[in-house]
Amino acid sequence: MTDQASASSSAYNEGVIRLLVIATMFWGVAAFLVGVLIALQLAYPVLNLDLEWFSFGRVRPLHTSGAIFGFGGNALIATSFYVVQRTGRTTLFGGETLAGFVFVGYQLFLVMAGVGYLLGITQGREYAEPEWYVDLWLTLVWVVYLLVFLGTVMKRKEPHIYVANWFFLSFIVTVAMLHIVNGLSLPVSWTGTKSYSLFSGVQDALTQWWYGHNAVGFFLTAGFLGIMYYFIPKQAERPVYSYRLSIIHFWSIIFLYIWAGPHHLFYTSLPDWAQTLGMTFSVMLWMPSWGGMINGIMTLSGAWDKLRTDPVLRFLVVSVAFYGMSTFEGPLMSVKPVNALSHWTDWTVGHSHSGALGWVAFVSFGAVYFLVPKLWRRARLYSERLVSVHFWIATIGIVLYITAMWVSGILQGLMWRAYDSLGFLQYAFIETVEAMHPFYVIRALGGVLFLIGSLVMVYNLIRTARGDVREEAGAPAVAPGMNPAE
Amino acid sequence: METLQAIAEALRPFWGLWLMGLFLAIVAWALWPKRKAEMEQHARIPLRDDDGEM
Repeated sequence: MTDQASASSSAYNEGVIRLLVIATMFWGVAAFLVGVLIALQLAYPVLNLDLEWFSFGRVRPLHTSGAIFGFGGNALIATSFYVVQRTGRTTLFGGETLAGFVFVGYQLFLVMAGVGYLLGITQGREYAEPEWYVDLWLTLVWVVYLLVFLGTVMKRKEPHIYVANWFFLSFIVTVAMLHIVNGLSLPVSWTGTKSYSLFSGVQDALTQWWYGHNAVGFFLTAGFLGIMYYFIPKQAERPVYSYRLSIIHFWSIIFLYIWAGPHHLFYTSLPDWAQTLGMTFSVMLWMPSWGGMINGIMTLSGAWDKLRTDPVLRFLVVSVAFYGMSTFEGPLMSVKPVNALSHWTDWTVGHSHSGALGWVAFVSFGAVYFLVPKLWRRARLYSERLVSVHFWIATIGIVLYITAMWVSGILQGLMWRAYDSLGFLQYAFIETVEAMHPFYVIRALGGVLFLIGSLVMVYNLIRTARGDVREEAGAPAVAPGMNPAE
Repeated sequence: METLQAIAEALRPFWGLWLMGLFLAIVAWALWPKRKAEMEQHARIPLRDDDGEM
């Protein structure tokens, strides 16, 4: 094997995207590993090791931030830089320098946040745990990211802005707005880490969930829909099913998503009308979600056989199926009486993971499998067989995870609300914890499978980047115009 | 200026309706039959982006 093939470099800025792809996989594996650790801590509390740095409360935000911002964030920055260049037929605004600052600055943000959590430095705001100094740094990095993306859109040579870029841009702009408002706080001193939020009481709660739910809506949905609208057509080699539907999909998400946050605050001191508003908009989200899912899946219309032969496409399409499933479940759980049962239970955890593992991670895996041969100038992946192995291990892992959490969550909810004939609560809290133990073990097993799958992926990608090709029966012929790695 | 302010204040309570109207206008724009061919061209943008076509 030689690196001869990599000599033919692209006219696009791809060096920084290669780094972002590596960071995506690094943070992905790290976040999955930490996820397995905290899943095991819940099943076997001895694994907290009696050390505060390894206690569940500190390690959990390391897992959520690692998965959402480390893995998901790097995947989004990588793909958005790739897509905006390709569909705009131009290089990045500010070149590798400005984009390189985004890369380095973003990794620094992740490290500062993660180290802080383990040391007990936290704002205690869901998905926004970093303290004020990290928030300020991220604001700077994010504004530069916006500048690079928007500048590239503005200097594009293609007259029309392809729809994937709309989704990416809405993700970048909305996350900036959410991050700044939710992060408004007053540091106790300029040399200390502690700060207090500008909001208090129910306003604070609503601000947090306005941020929290729209982080789901614009970080974990809109951004990854940008990935869907570019990488599924590319991998399937056919245009998206309906471009008009994609426009309606985009605008309905923009108009509806921002109102759904109050469904996290049912039966609280939040005014009832606001709770009902949140529920109504959440239920309305069924329409754009399913419209988008149909658009993604129907792109394969007339080429369904590719699902059987192309495991990368299988990742992408199954991710959209999971998107449909978890966005069906979400509105259901935001109906008040259903939420009365599901809130605070493992059902919520299962729901977020069917979205995170099934949708966000699978669509990212598909995009990374597409990107690595392109970025490292290889004719194809090292092994399609291993992609298929990864797909099945990860899928079984997800199924174990979410079914265990459905059973555990509904069981937990029903036990909490069970009364005996005299009107006393039937179960003590500890009895519900004992009942959940077997499901915690199954969930951890699901997580282990998902982690193993990601390691198979890393191995496959490293071999691909080195230019190795595994001899496989039925391997696709080398595409014309690509340099085979020899 | 004061008239404009009065008009703005009179219209403000109906923001839900304006947004709905705006959204319906976008839907009509997207689905307008005349735009079909143009939209299909836009859908092909990612398929025309291989190296050397910058």
